[in-house]
Amino acid sequence: MSAQQNVKLSVRGVGKDFSLQNGDCIQAVSNVSFDVHENEFCVLLGPSGCGKSTVLRMIAGLEEPSAGTLSLGDHEIMGADRERGMVFQSYTSFDWLTVKQNVEYGMKLNGVAKAERSERADQFIDLVKLTKFKNAYPKQLSGGMKQRVAIARTLANEPSLLLMDEPFGALDAETRWNMQELMISIMESTQTTVVMVTHDIEEALFLGDRIVFFSTHPGTVLEDAKPSFKNGQRVPKKEDVLTLDGYAEAERHIMKLMREQGIEDLDA
Amino acid sequence: MTQRPATPRRRRWLEYKKATPLPATIALGIGVWVIFFGIWELSIPMGWVTELLVPGPQKVIAALYDLFANRGFAADVGISVYRILVSFVAASLFAVPLGVLMGSFSAIEAFFNPFVSAWRYLPAPSFIPILLMWFGTGDAPKLALLFIGVVWFMATIIMDHTKSVRTELIETAQTLGGNRWQILTTVIIPASLPNIMIAMRQMLAVSWTYLVIAEIVASTDGIGAMMMRAKRFIHTDEIIAGIIVIGVLGLVFDYLFRVAHRLMFPYLEEHGR
Repeated sequence: MSAQQNVKLSVRGVGKDFSLQNGDCIQAVSNVSFDVHENEFCVLLGPSGCGKSTVLRMIAGLEEPSAGTLSLGDHEIMGADRERGMVFQSYTSFDWLTVKQNVEYGMKLNGVAKAERSERADQFIDLVKLTKFKNAYPKQLSGGMKQRVAIARTLANEPSLLLMDEPFGALDAETRWNMQELMISIMESTQTTVVMVTHDIEEALFLGDRIVFFSTHPGTVLEDAKPSFKNGQRVPKKEDVLTLDGYAEAERHIMKLMREQGIEDLDA
Repeated sequence: MTQRPATPRRRRWLEYKKATPLPATIALGIGVWVIFFGIWELSIPMGWVTELLVPGPQKVIAALYDLFANRGFAADVGISVYRILVSFVAASLFAVPLGVLMGSFSAIEAFFNPFVSAWRYLPAPSFIPILLMWFGTGDAPKLALLFIGVVWFMATIIMDHTKSVRTELIETAQTLGGNRWQILTTVIIPASLPNIMIAMRQMLAVSWTYLVIAEIVASTDGIGAMMMRAKRFIHTDEIIAGIIVIGVLGLVFDYLFRVAHRLMFPYLEEHGR
């Protein structure tokens, strides 16, 4: 459970400027600081254009910060590596590999011996409930199943941090809901630490042990809080979260923040 | 309760986004050839053309038989196919790695692209005179022409296909710990290979064009050379027979490429394991 544990990821005063074709420079992210703890599910939430995905990409090492530092444990993040595995919104299963070969892929890159690779792949395929489709090619899978392949592939590679960029954004409502519950059960059975970007308030409230809310122009942290209505517990079923005392209050609060930021966006 | 049968609707031949039934598809495919041969056959008795310039289908088939049975035409076909294969393999060995590297790394593109683009705009046949001076009249000038006619286009098309490999696939491999070489061999190449094969198939068709040009201009053997010899003796039936052989060979190579594509990339099919 997400108790007061060691700080795992530390983001300190991070900013990111993008230079445009015409020579102008836009500040996408400015002075962002927050911590993520061991076995915590941290949600980065905010209106579109607030730079939350940019922050996640900097954590992954896919984007270089213009200011500040990001560190995992005691070392600074200097580029993409297997320590921080990323699941994207768009499907990233490799078409030419079967489900099992996809899940083994990361381990193969890192030289894990064949027998161990196969065993660990089976275990994670089982975890995401794809055992029956082990030998299928991604073309034959639904969107939700492809995302489960991506999650299993990343987890089987044993990263310190699982990063997810709106991973369920392209799925239909029912599948999204199933995937969210799957994430809760994965959190309980694997002791993973997750940083996930979303703009779905319900998803953030259901999954987040901690919610970092971003404002726009430039993107920076407006609020960083643990949803108090959950009392530090994870709720395995989504409908049970809706009836908790304080849920409606929390949702209303975030919707208000969203609206304020959104209106600012229109005025700008 | 019994359901009332649906009111039948009018069927039309031309309809957007509607598949034609298989028997009709086959009948239509044969039909176009029947019409083609019908017009060809009729054009001489009707006096539309003179037989000397447009021999009838039977004469062409007889010429085709005579060429293969008595005149050693198989050797000409063999030498043409040999030229196509050797030059195409050489062009592919050069263009595929170059295209993949140009599409993968912008610095490599920045270095080679101005060069490749310039060569692409030079019509390959304009090199024939100088190639003849450099290499004489053997196989070498023909192979060189086929090579330069194909290689720059192939490199450019493959560069574009390599560039279109989705960024997320590469980034996924990066966050799984892949190094540049691993990403090239396990993501970029497998992801672009189906399109590379299609590009190669298209460039093979271009190869045939340059082959015939090379053999017509300066050659003593090969399909094109036979056709030029036939011209000297006004054997129009043999010229047409040569065209037919080139067409059939083109179809055969195309078919082989398509079969290879299906065998190499079974995962592209929606169903079946």
